[in-house]
Amino acid sequence: MFIKNGYLDIDELGERMPSEERFEQGPVAILECIQQIPCNPCQNACSRGAILPFQSINDTPTIDMDKCNGCGNCISACPGLAIFVVWKNYNQENSLIKLPLELLPFPEEGDSVELMNRKGEKVGTGKVIKVQKTKQNSKSRVIWVEVPKKLAMDVRHVARSNNHEK
Amino acid sequence: MRIDCDVLIIGGGPAGLCAARSLLGTGLKVLILERDPFLGGQLLKQTHMFFGSKEQYAGTRGFEIGQILTREVQASPNITVMLETVASGYYPEENFILALEKEKKLYQVYFKKVIVATGASEKSLLFEGNDLPGIYGAGAVQTLMNMYGVMPGKDIIMIGSGNIGLIVSYQLLQAGVKVKAILEAAPTVGGYFVHAAKVSRMGIPIFTQTTVKRALGRNALEGVEIVSLDSKWQYVPGTERKWPCDTLCLAVGLSPMSELLWQFQCEMRYVSELGGYVAKRNPFMQTTHPDVYIAGDVSGVEEASSAMLEGTIAGFAVSKALHKMLDSVDQVIQNSQTFLDEMHVGTIGEKIRNGLAKVEVDVCL
Ligand SMILES: Cc1cc2nc3c(=O)[nH]c(=O)nc-3n(C[C@H](O)[C@H](O)[C@H](O)COP(=O)(O)OP(=O)(O)OC[C@H]3O[C@@H](n4cnc5c(N)ncnc54)[C@H](O)[C@@H]3O)c2cc1C
Ligand code: SF4
Ligand code: SF4
Repeated sequence: MFIKNGYLDIDELGERMPSEERFEQGPVAILECIQQIPCNPCQNACSRGAILPFQSINDTPTIDMDKCNGCGNCISACPGLAIFVVWKNYNQENSLIKLPLELLPFPEEGDSVELMNRKGEKVGTGKVIKVQKTKQNSKSRVIWVEVPKKLAMDVRHVARSNNHEK
Repeated sequence: MRIDCDVLIIGGGPAGLCAARSLLGTGLKVLILERDPFLGGQLLKQTHMFFGSKEQYAGTRGFEIGQILTREVQASPNITVMLETVASGYYPEENFILALEKEKKLYQVYFKKVIVATGASEKSLLFEGNDLPGIYGAGAVQTLMNMYGVMPGKDIIMIGSGNIGLIVSYQLLQAGVKVKAILEAAPTVGGYFVHAAKVSRMGIPIFTQTTVKRALGRNALEGVEIVSLDSKWQYVPGTERKWPCDTLCLAVGLSPMSELLWQFQCEMRYVSELGGYVAKRNPFMQTTHPDVYIAGDVSGVEEASSAMLEGTIAGFAVSKALHKMLDSVDQVIQNSQTFLDEMHVGTIGEKIRNGLAKVEVDVCL
């Protein structure tokens, strides 16, 4: 339970969990923000209007998954680092996850990285596809990482491998 | 030496700076006293992106908000800033504030209205050995790390899972320091879930119902003995364990720095939800002393976003009280009040709402 451990169990995502059909249709944003806090920058971040307007600044965000195309523009607008894009059927074996990173040194494209779950456990290795600099927030990066399909809803952080030497 | 001003602002954090900004272009002579060598208050230590809404610079890093506000205030002809100057006491007989500049020069500052925006100070925790070198408050750790680029230690245990404990842990990780664990005495994580999620996925465990029993080490910290707590916050016998670490960071809350308000004989009340003693005040941030206004953490420990709104309200309210206001003053005050109320909606805002209900009074302008 998030309130006890600091990380959420997958069931706590509730409606924020995309359906299998939605996953079939391509990449989609997952807003792992389930507690009312006075925060709202995500509502202005989506030019497609997929993140619905808030009634109050304390609302939790609601996403219209049909409008979302998984571009990931909202990721770097979120000070909670709570938005991820999951492209489940990126290719035959792998999914693609776009996640925010504020930790130097950043991995580079092509790097093999360790994949961490919400609890910080290493669950596998993946490959960095792209390291994206964003307009809103020049100091952080959005990392596109390829992960085994079964880990698409588990991986939420990447770390440079210890044997990362060039 | 004597100084005269219309509006004296004590403290140059977000609350004080926003108060000053509301007095731009009013022609009032504004003086800010700031005890540090720079403006910005707590904001300068905050390297993380802020919450709140766009109007309160959400998504911008704290220190950058400080820079924006500082520039606006410094560029204005009617505002004077005195840095490294402490407002050290109020003298009611003559009605001035005694200010001490760089520990040398004394000034008697006369004013028509004063806005006290002194912020809050860190609380500590009682346990055996809590004076060993290596035990810091979270504020000190942030100052060392984010302002002077000095690593406080290599191997840290954090006490407190409120937003400050979570954010400072995250900043320590970013600086390459190992954070072993975050301990929390309460049964649930205190801060925002999204902050907890950030440190969790980086591998820092949060142990609720756990606290530090004593610090270990002779001349410096070498470890801590920790213990589990039951639902009545009592030690559970036999759960003591010893963990090595070279640094212990205490993030156990803040309390308002209200000394000057006592001296002004404002009516005070102890409100645990707001961090300690706070002055009673009306929706315009005016205390029961008609010339004294408050804003920011001193009026109840909260956030920079609310500090900025309260500063704005206090500044405009003062301009109105001195009949030097802009035409839109009522509208601006009302907008800020609405924003502030919106911030306090919901479960997280509930505590603050309850606290504020205990200090809000109707004293008229
Ligand atoms: C780790 C951490 C993370 C935070 N994260 C966030 C966040 O994400 N979002 C958010 O909104 N808020 C955040 N905050 C809270 C925010 O920083 C404070 O609520 C805010 O700075 C309060 O503003 P203030 O102006 O009341 O006080 P301060 O910023 O404390 O400023 C008070 C100023 O008054 C000066 N002063 C005090 N006494 C005197 C005196 N006698 N004479 C002269 N000068 C004096 C002090 O030197 C100081 O500069 C965070 C705080 C911390 C510690
Ligand atoms: S991923 Fe793109 S389309 Fe989807 S919500 Fe975010 S910004 Fe909008
Ligand atoms: S910006 Fe991020 S943390 Fe803030 S409400 Fe939106 S999803 Fe939640």
